[in-house]
Amino acid sequence: MTLMSKPGVAPQDAQDDAAPLRVEPDAIEEAAKLLYIRACKILPDDIKAGFARLDASETDGTARTILATMIENIGVAERMDNLLCQDTGIPIFNVLVGRNVQVDGWALKEAIARGTARATREHPLRSSVVHPITRRNEHTSCGERVPVINIDFTDAERELRIEMIPKGSGSENGSFLQMLIPADGVAAVKRFVVDRVIQAGGKVCPPTIVGVGVGGTSDLCMHLAKIAATRPLGSRCTDAEGAKLEVELSEAVNSLGIGPQGLGGDSTAFAVHVETAGTHITMNPVAVNIQCHSARRASATFTPAGVAIGF
Amino acid sequence: MAHHTLHMPITEDQVRALRIGDTVTLEDLLFGIRDATQIHMFDHGRRTTFDLRGHAVIHTAPNLRKVERSGTNHSGYEAVCVGTTTSDRMERFTRPLMEREGVRIIIGKGGLREGSLDAFRDLGGVYLAVVGGAAALETTWIEAVEDVDLDDLNPESLYKFRIKGFGPLLVAMDSHGGSLYATVNAEAARRRQAVLEKLGAA
Repeated sequence: MTLMSKPGVAPQDAQDDAAPLRVEPDAIEEAAKLLYIRACKILPDDIKAGFARLDASETDGTARTILATMIENIGVAERMDNLLCQDTGIPIFNVLVGRNVQVDGWALKEAIARGTARATREHPLRSSVVHPITRRNEHTSCGERVPVINIDFTDAERELRIEMIPKGSGSENGSFLQMLIPADGVAAVKRFVVDRVIQAGGKVCPPTIVGVGVGGTSDLCMHLAKIAATRPLGSRCTDAEGAKLEVELSEAVNSLGIGPQGLGGDSTAFAVHVETAGTHITMNPVAVNIQCHSARRASATFTPAGVAIGF
Repeated sequence: MAHHTLHMPITEDQVRALRIGDTVTLEDLLFGIRDATQIHMFDHGRRTTFDLRGHAVIHTAPNLRKVERSGTNHSGYEAVCVGTTTSDRMERFTRPLMEREGVRIIIGKGGLREGSLDAFRDLGGVYLAVVGGAAALETTWIEAVEDVDLDDLNPESLYKFRIKGFGPLLVAMDSHGGSLYATVNAEAARRRQAVLEKLGAA
């Protein structure tokens, strides 16, 4: 994690524990621009470690060649300061607001959109966002309700975190929801995940992170799957039953032989991640959202000390 | 399993000599094509001024930087990052692309289906797999964005790339009915029952 000093943050005395952290829109705009470009270029350490793990255990010759090419690409992108993947994705920003933070929420949303458009124009990046019906591209990577901005709150004192995810479409098209019923049980949840991974095959750019949502409402279930798909490798579901499912399903999908790029091998998924939520007595929803091997993330954490840029 | 270096364009005999499992490196010219490009070409009746006969197309929509047009650069673009997109969405365009435009090679990721395999057999064509998501590397194989057509569809225009050492690519579907994807999918379907039994979900 590198530390970057930034005007517009923490104008208050850092020693004064009572003063709220104030984050200005200009700093958010700069961070949004920086994060979009950085996420497209530098893969998080946990994903790099995931590649090393698969590379060490893969037994199929073609699969080993493909994994080696993917690993080579990570190095080329960093050396040449280029994008890992041509797909700049749909920009998603997850904003976590801690306690004792002062921020203008409306201005924050506008600043994130401005930063996204500037990254697109100034780098330049391909704008991958179009109107859903006319298919018109404004060349800003923005559109109605895009960037996707999710805002949540934490108990972290005087901290605001912005996570940026450029979600690629090849794997986002590997999204599935089924409103199972209680009589179907957890067996049907497992069957659904295995069958959707088979259906997705090479189209979702394996090795993947298979995100699974279990429970909630239909929309929450889908959102859980996205949270699961974009969680760092090595993290575990906080629900014990969910964590058990992660272990079982990770082994299961890697026994199917789909392999990197759907061309055969052991390395179909880095992991299956599960997120859970309470659901209705009559419901048993399950959702799958897949993250491709270019599992890109970048984050900016605003504290009284400044802005820390990481993953 | 042989390695082939192909200077584009190629003949039907050259493409029928390729077998699944072979590797290929392309030289000279490559055309970039995408969802919107083909929707406009085949559903909306638009025609390209480019001669695609005997050529290879890649499923792509690149990141580009605007530059001045010059003697050799007719597109007004230079490549920032050129990669490959999932082919499956463009399955129904394989046959018209070959029949009407004379394309011999489709490059993509994730594979195409039975209809494309039939078109490759009937008309003489192959599908070459490039590693998806390895776009920084792929960009080093692109020398120039030489020309562009249907550019109102940007970034889903029809691009003419000057290439050097584009590959190695894997012959994943050939003109003899061979498809590595079909083999892998059949194997996954075969293993499914045992996987579900182990999960207690059969």
